Parts: sequence; structure tokens; C-alpha cells
Amino acid sequence: MTSLLTLADITPAYWQSTLIRVLLLGVIVPTGAAITAIAFLFKVMAWMQSRTGPMEAGLLKKTTVIDGERVTAHSGRGELQLVAEVGKWLQKEDLVPDGADRFAFKAAPFIVLGSTFLFFAAIPAGPGPAVAAMLPGGIFFILAVSSLSVIGVLMAGWGSNNKYALMGGLRAAGQLIAYELPMVLAVVGVVVLTGSLNLNDIVEAQANFKVGPIPIPFLILQLPLFLVFLTAAQAELTQSPFDMPVAESELVAGYQVEYSGFRFLTFFLAEFATAFGFAALISTMFLGGWYLPIGIDPSSAVWYALGPIVLLAKILLVSFLIFWIRFTYPRFREDQLQKLAWKYLIPLSLVWIVFTAVMVVVR
Amino acid sequence: MTATIPESQQLAYIAAKAADSRINLELETEGMTLNIGPQHPATHGTLRLIAKLDGEQVVSCEPSPGYMHRGYEKLTEVRTYPQVTTLVNRIDWLGSFANEVPFILAAEKLMGIEAPPRAQWIRTILFELSRLANITLFLGDLGAQMGGVTAVFYAFRDREHVLNQIESVTGGRFHPNFDRIGGLKDDLPKGWIADTKKTMDKIRDFCDEIETLLIGNEIFQTRARGIGVIPPEVALSYGLSGANLRGSGVDLDLRRDDPPPGMPYDKLDWKVWTHPDGDCFSRTWVRLQEVRESTKIIDQLLDSIPSGPIMAKVPRIIKVPEGEAYVQTENPLGAMGYYVVSKGDLVPFRVKIRSASFNNVSIVPWVTRGVYVPDVITILATLYFILGDIDR
Amino acid sequence: MPRDDRREAILARISEHLGDAVVGSHIRVGDDLWVRVTREAWPEAAEVAQKRLGCHFFDFLSAIDWLPSPFGRDMDSQEDIVVKGLEPKEPAPMASGYAGGDTRFQVFARVYHPVEHWGVTFKADLPDDDLSVGTWSNVYRGANWHERETHEMFGFDFVGHPNLIKLYLPIDFEGYPLRKDFPLLSRRVKPWPGIVDVEPMPGEDEPGDGDGEGEGGSE
Repeated sequence: MTSLLTLADITPAYWQSTLIRVLLLGVIVPTGAAITAIAFLFKVMAWMQSRTGPMEAGLLKKTTVIDGERVTAHSGRGELQLVAEVGKWLQKEDLVPDGADRFAFKAAPFIVLGSTFLFFAAIPAGPGPAVAAMLPGGIFFILAVSSLSVIGVLMAGWGSNNKYALMGGLRAAGQLIAYELPMVLAVVGVVVLTGSLNLNDIVEAQANFKVGPIPIPFLILQLPLFLVFLTAAQAELTQSPFDMPVAESELVAGYQVEYSGFRFLTFFLAEFATAFGFAALISTMFLGGWYLPIGIDPSSAVWYALGPIVLLAKILLVSFLIFWIRFTYPRFREDQLQKLAWKYLIPLSLVWIVFTAVMVVVR
Repeated sequence: MTATIPESQQLAYIAAKAADSRINLELETEGMTLNIGPQHPATHGTLRLIAKLDGEQVVSCEPSPGYMHRGYEKLTEVRTYPQVTTLVNRIDWLGSFANEVPFILAAEKLMGIEAPPRAQWIRTILFELSRLANITLFLGDLGAQMGGVTAVFYAFRDREHVLNQIESVTGGRFHPNFDRIGGLKDDLPKGWIADTKKTMDKIRDFCDEIETLLIGNEIFQTRARGIGVIPPEVALSYGLSGANLRGSGVDLDLRRDDPPPGMPYDKLDWKVWTHPDGDCFSRTWVRLQEVRESTKIIDQLLDSIPSGPIMAKVPRIIKVPEGEAYVQTENPLGAMGYYVVSKGDLVPFRVKIRSASFNNVSIVPWVTRGVYVPDVITILATLYFILGDIDR
Repeated sequence: MPRDDRREAILARISEHLGDAVVGSHIRVGDDLWVRVTREAWPEAAEVAQKRLGCHFFDFLSAIDWLPSPFGRDMDSQEDIVVKGLEPKEPAPMASGYAGGDTRFQVFARVYHPVEHWGVTFKADLPDDDLSVGTWSNVYRGANWHERETHEMFGFDFVGHPNLIKLYLPIDFEGYPLRKDFPLLSRRVKPWPGIVDVEPMPGEDEPGDGDGEGEGGSE
């Protein structure tokens, strides 16, 4: 165990450690998106809908002998479907509509993707420095940065020179802004219990908050806020039941209508990476993050190896929940969705915050 | 008959009228015209809707049908009666056996022939099976249009069982072309009755599943209750039929009230479902209950099929005597009727096809005034039409 | 000769309300009722049906063109005429159907009583030189689309209709397709080859011949 190299032991120069962190992020974000897409969008969705999902683009080749002839066939499991999709999108023509605001149109996907990358920067995968940016205001930073995507959506809607895209973009922006508030309020309860905005402190607080010998994650203590945050996250991802801006493609088309090729791929990547990121955030805040109560002290070096695995498991669990809701529920109309945010989620979270604060003072 | 237009919708109508006059005064500078369709994932085929919007609300929504007009009424004038059966299968292609039945019954009425009892029973069983095939797809498709896409896959999976049963008798899943003047083409295969009973159990399970997944879902209820209210007088005046009419509280079911000659509904024990609200939810609910009721009807019919010949004595080349006849039946989509004018010839002289969806869709301009744009999709989904039925 | 008292009573009520406008009628015993009215009384017939008789359910409205098709009886095998030199058969003289009628075009509509469960079909003659008639869409709202379809298919003019434009066909389509003198182009392009592949009756093996029409013996 002591031979495990940690970033702290190596003590490289500042610029080297920054470079490593940036590269790691550059790997983690697309990988996260890929895992989410393959696992949930293709296979889990297919399983829930009693079908098989993509089966053709397989990885392994299976060679069998049929009637004396060697027959090579794909593995029949469709693992490479995402690679095929990425390749397909990359080889499409890069269109910019006539009369579009070129800067807004081209920059919008990258602003959304940029906000996703920044999102991952503050989520810890282990104790101490196992995080890209050790920020004392971790949660605050993440919430602020996740709002940047709204700008990207508005730029996409405006820059497409298409009134339907503009309408879709405005609707999406309205929804995203409306659900920022419940998201922030849901976080406040957790912060009150922890006493700090730093995500590592939140994980440690859950590790140390013991009833008898068992640490209780904030899921139990803050169950209403967990549900509020889950709903708000679903809305921030514009997934069913909140996908009216995107399902406008029934009637009109959403803000992504004029995008094709790798720009659309960027939006797609950002959407799934953000889902991965929100799942990571929820796991950290409510499920205990990279810590598992198996008797190992939270500050030991084991967690540099075990932490990411535990976190990944929890992310998959939460993603399953998010996508399960997506595949099951029909969608809200915009006014119903706004009503839900303003009239139900915000009062509920305010009430629970007051309750939590009273409990903290009383204890 | 207690359906009333909710006040919010009344106010919306007034607002829409005001917006309309504003548009006329200002030479169409306000509002946006939106073409929904004809290529469209949400409608059941190539229906074009020309919607004028004022922000979020629809000022007017005019369907423009005809993209699938195949000229059936002209084509029937040059086809022999058995050939017309083939043609007519394709009007409502989801429940296609049901299209043949009223035409055959009208021809039989003019010829004075009655099919033997065994043929009548099997004809009714296939008629009800086509109702199942049609409405299970509606229930799944409703999910797709509302956003809960999972329902579609369950509907298709369970509908396969019904289509398998239809196929094993008639040889065709979608276009059976099985009804003949005087009876049916063929008899039942061995083991069919037991298999169909098992299928009925599966369909009942499917109904329960859809009820939990979709109809009972809170979001669906929020989106469907109180939307698209049609009072019964308006429904009757437009000629709405089927579940649309019964969802507005009108107790009219042609199987019970005006049974066509040769369909033994009066010998069975079954119930007609109505709902007084007249909104989208009530129409959906009535259809769900109708599917369940159909499974019971089929079970009773299966238990009591008489034995005997499958075809009455008819000449090989059929010439229907001179006269006019109209037969209307309670098809899956509504009341479908054929007005057959014959001049004693091999071919009909004129066939007027009264299709249910034609009247059902003609109410769309009235019912969508002042609603929000997503509600238009909900209303269309629950009015439930098939393009072949509108356009013939 | 069995009598249909119920329908006779309904016919009597209709005659009472419409008086001289009823110029023909037909009852098929136990089955159906046809009433022919004058063209001028056509909109009034709608009022009587809905408000006096209670027939609230609108079934359909359309037209019949009684002219026998001038393209010959398309069911005669065109090949037999050309190849074998048979004579084309004379079309039968023009005759109308139930409840009589003197003109080529008739507009007809059916309404239904949803509580007492009976229906009545109204017909009206239209003179060839003036194919217009009052609209039913003020009384029965469903008639709106039906009249638009009849207008585009037969060329009738429905006086008082709010929006009498084509329903199915493109705006610039010329001609009235459901009239008998409008050719069915598929048959003009490819003549009908005669009855082929007659399906054997159940229980029988040999198919029919590919020969024009003929009387088949019953089995």
C-alpha cells in the first residue's frame, strides 16, 4: 500500500501537476460520457423497453466452423456502437447556416462543453489532493459553472438564424434558469450540516456522522432535498419528464436544429458528460462520495485507489436512477414544469432547510 | 351528459377570437404560421396541420388532409365485389378486417343472403381481434406522443400475439382479406381457439401494465385532464363516433344499439363504457376499458362457436341485385359505414365510404382554438385517427 | 306484405313538417328509410331532422351521379373487345335509385337518432345546369368537411358554406373526379384484361378461365 504513488508524494512542479490534471480531465470527461451513453442509452434503455439495443457494431470477432467452413462474425453485442456513431458524426459536413451569427453559432457548443469540463474539476475522487482543483468553495464553484451552459444554449438558439431554434433556445433557457433555484436550495441543507462548501469536507462529514458505529450518508438525513436535487438535475439535463425544449422536435426543433457534424457531437457529448457529472455530484453530496464504511480510515492512502472505484459505482447507481425516470415518464408541458419548480420544489426546500438549521442548532 | 367547457378554455376561446380579429386588422403581421407535417413523427401518417400561433397559444389549427387520398370511391366503381374487399382492407390498416365487414354485410343485405352461424361467429371474433390490434397500438402510441416512449415497445410486443392469431386464420397480419359475401374464405386452424384464449389473457395483462405505466401516471393525467373538452351536443353535431363520443358521455354503441345483421352481440353479456368528462383523459380511458371488454367478448364467442359450414351458397360470379343499402358498424376507430348503390351488375355503381376518422378530425379546428401548442399533440393523439381512414 | 309501422310514423312526421317538399320516399321494411325532398327545401330538411325529429348524429353527406359511365362498362374485358372483336355492350339507360329522382345528380345525406336508434337518408335532385344547393353546415357542423369534399369531387356549390375550398385535391386541380364522365386514368392507360384467376370456392379445386364475364353455375 505504501508503494502506491500519490500525487502528493511526487511533488512535481506546479505546471507539471496542472498539466496532468488537465489531461486527466480531458480523459475522464469523454470516458464518463461514453460509459453513460453506452450503458444507459443503448443497453439499459433497450432492456427496459424489452428490446436488445444496438447489436451489430461489435468488438470481438468470433470464429466458428459451420459445415466445414470458418465463419467469422461479430460478437453480437454492439459494444462499438458509440465509436461508430462518433465516426459518423465526425465525417459529416460542417454546416453554418446562411446569415447565422458565425461566432455565436460556432462557440455555443464549446461553451456548453467547457462548462461540463469545469464541472468535473471540483469533484473529488479520493481524499486530499485526488481532485483536479482543491477549492474551498467547491459546491459554489460547481453550481456557478453549471449555469454557464445556459449561455451556450442561448447562443445556439440565437446564432442559428432560425426562429424555431430561437424559440426552443428561449424555452430551454427558461427551464434551466427556473430549476437553478431548487438545485441551489437543495445544496444548502447539505452545506448547513457540513459547515463547509468544500466537497471533500462533505464526504468526510458523511464518513464521520455516525449513529452508533455506522456512518449515515446525507441521503437519509436530507431525503426531501435529495429528491428535489434529483428533480432539478433531471431538468438541468433537459431529460424527460422535462424535455419539452428538446422534444420540440416533434413540432418544431430545439436549439440544436441547425447543428450537424462534430458540433452536434459536442452537444451530445456535453449532455452525457453532464449527466455523468451530476450523478457524480449527487453521489458525493448525498451518498458519501468516494468513501465506503468498510473500516478503513478516510484519510488512509488506500482511498487513492479505492475511492475512484467506489465513486464510479455510486455514479452508475445514480445514473441508473436518472435514466430510469427518463425512460418511464411522459413529459411535462412548459407551464406545468415551471409551476412544479416555483410552487412546489422551492417552498419544499426552504421548509426543509429551516428544519435542518433548527436541528443543527438544537443538537 | 355533464361535459362543460372549463372556464380556462372559455377564456382562451375569447382570447383566441380577439387575437384572430387583431390578425385580420393588422394584415397578418402578428403571430406565426406553423406547418405541422405532413412528414411528422407525431401524427399517424401524412396529416398536415396549418397552425397559426400567437406566442404559445394556437389561434387556429386547420388540418389539410389529402396527402393519402387514393380515390377509393372511384376505384370501387370498376372492381367486382370480392375485389372491393381487397381494396377496402387498406382504409384503416391497423384493424383491417373491420373494414371489410360493413361492406360485405351491405352486399349480403342486397343479395338477401345470410352467412351461416359459424361464419357469423368467426367473423365477429375477427372483428373484435382487429379492434384489439388497433387500440393496443393507440395505447402505446399515446406514450410516444406524450414522451414516455417505453409504452410503445410494450404495445408492439403484446400486439404481436393478436396479429399472430389473425395470421394463423387468415394468412395475413395486416391485410387479411378474409371476408366473403356469404361467409368467410376458410375455417379455423386446429388449436386456434385455445391459443386465442391465451392471447386474451396476455392482452388483459398488457392493459393492466399500460394503466400503471401511462394512464395512471400523474404527468399524463396533468396533461390530459381538462384538455380538449368536447361537449356531447357538439360531438353529435360533428358526427364524432366511437370512443370519442362515448368519452363525452353519449351512450351510443352500434354493436348494442343498432346491431348489423349477422353479428351476435345480443347473445353475449357485455357492457358499454362511457365517461362524462369529455376531455382527453376520458377518451383514453374509454378505449382502455373497451379493450378489456373486447377480450371478454372474444372469450364468450370462443366458448360458443357453433359448428357448420363456413360459406353460404353463392354463385361463383357475384352479381348483386339492384338496390341501395347502408350498413354501419362499430369499428375500432368509430362508426364506419358503406352506402352501396348497385345496379344489378358485377361492380357496384357507387360506394360511399363513411369513415370514422373523417368526422373525428373535422372537429380539430373547433377543439384546438386557444390551447397551447403541446396540447394540440395531446388532443390529436387522443382523438385517434388513421390517415387511410381520413383520406380514403 | 309486412309493414314497418315505426318508419311509416317517422315518414308521416317528416311529411308533416316539410309538407310538399317531400317528393319521394322509400321504406325497406325493418331496415331503412329514404326521403327525397326538393332542392329548395334541402336546408330545411336538416332543421327538421335535427330539431323536430331529434336526429342529432350527423352521419355523412355526399352525392350520386346517376349517369352510366360513358367509358363503357369497364368490367367488360377490353381485350376481348379489341382482340376477339366482340361488341362493347350498350350502357343501360340512366335510372335512379330508391325514392326516385329525375336528374343526373343527386345530393344525399344521412342522419341518425342516437337515442331511438333509427336513421333516415335524405336525397335531393339537382338540375344539371345549376348544381347548387343550400348548406347543411349551419345545422350539422360535421357537414362542413363533407360538403367541401362533395364540392371538389362533383362540382356542387353549397350556398352559405363558410369556406368552400378543396379538401383533398390540390388547389389547381381541374375537373371533378367522382363524376362518371371523368375517366379513371388507370383503366384508360391499361385496359382491364378480363376475369382471371377466379378463386375456387371452398371445397373445390379448379380455378376459373380467363374469359370475359360469364354466368357461373351455383355449386
